[in-house]
Amino acid sequence: MSASTDHADGELHAHSGGELHAHGEEHGHGSKKSYLVGFALSAVLTAIPFWLVMAAPLANPGLTAVLVILLAIAQILVHTICFLHVNTSGEGGWTLLAYVFTGVLLLITICGSLWIMYHLNTNMMPGMMSAQVGAAP
Amino acid sequence: MADIAPTAGFDRDTFHLIEKDGHDGGHSSPVLLGFWIYLMSDALIFASLFATYGVLSTSFAGGPTPRELFHLELVALNTAILLFSSITYGFGMLAMEEGRQRSVQLWLAVTALLGIAFVGIELYEFGVLASEGATPQRSGYWSGFYTLVATHGLHVTTGILWIGLMMVQVAKRGLTLVNKRRLLCLSMFWHFLDVVWIGVFTFVYLLGMLR
Repeated sequence: MSASTDHADGELHAHSGGELHAHGEEHGHGSKKSYLVGFALSAVLTAIPFWLVMAAPLANPGLTAVLVILLAIAQILVHTICFLHVNTSGEGGWTLLAYVFTGVLLLITICGSLWIMYHLNTNMMPGMMSAQVGAAP
Repeated sequence: MADIAPTAGFDRDTFHLIEKDGHDGGHSSPVLLGFWIYLMSDALIFASLFATYGVLSTSFAGGPTPRELFHLELVALNTAILLFSSITYGFGMLAMEEGRQRSVQLWLAVTALLGIAFVGIELYEFGVLASEGATPQRSGYWSGFYTLVATHGLHVTTGILWIGLMMVQVAKRGLTLVNKRRLLCLSMFWHFLDVVWIGVFTFVYLLGMLR
């Protein structure tokens, strides 16, 4: 009993030492450099939008909003590459494919909902309702 | 008693056999890819909550607006904490690669403490907002706000519990193949939450202050 357990453990360790390590090199945890680079870029990409909103160096809120959104997109990409390690080779490209697919669905969900609801709101303004009621016999 | 022991041994062997089976496809692991696809489905839940928040973003019903109540200092602090927790978890993964178990436990503990600080500050913020009249039932806007932000907070809480479980697992069994894989999944989960938080602090807090 104990012999078989030892054997199983030994096999497991051999397995873990060889295969998982080799596989770990290309997926999952990257290097110290990738984490530090990711952290430095994220810190900058976080500080700038907070500064733009809190100190308001730009007079135009519309321009500030556009910059803040662009910086957020850049930071999401930095996190994806440096922390989540999504690249063309990881898992044979399947993680990248799932990521891009989800990104498309996400855009459709968010932009589509906002678009539809905006038009719904516009077309159901109280003024319009009363005009219709007034025109009815 | 004599009955139980062989059964436990059998279970353990079967458990490892299944795990090994799942891992023999060269360098790609179906567990990690499957967990990745779960995360992508979670991203779609957040997408629908972001969309809801966006649709309700001007429905104040005469109640308080975010611009009057948000404290960006708190949000900046929370963002910094979550960013630090991402890199401390990253250092934990590097220690795992080198097989340094104590170091892994240390980084996991630091990450969990940062996570607890994040959730604590978020709950404090909710308390302050509620005391100023911005409760979830006040208006459509605040319903959307609490649903989105608290769902993220709930995910972080789950992540903290998961870190605690992994610390027990690593203490009991060490850095086995199975534990390494679980730590990899948790790594993806934790970094994913950081990505979602980028969306939250940008679209909810920063753009909320600009509106």
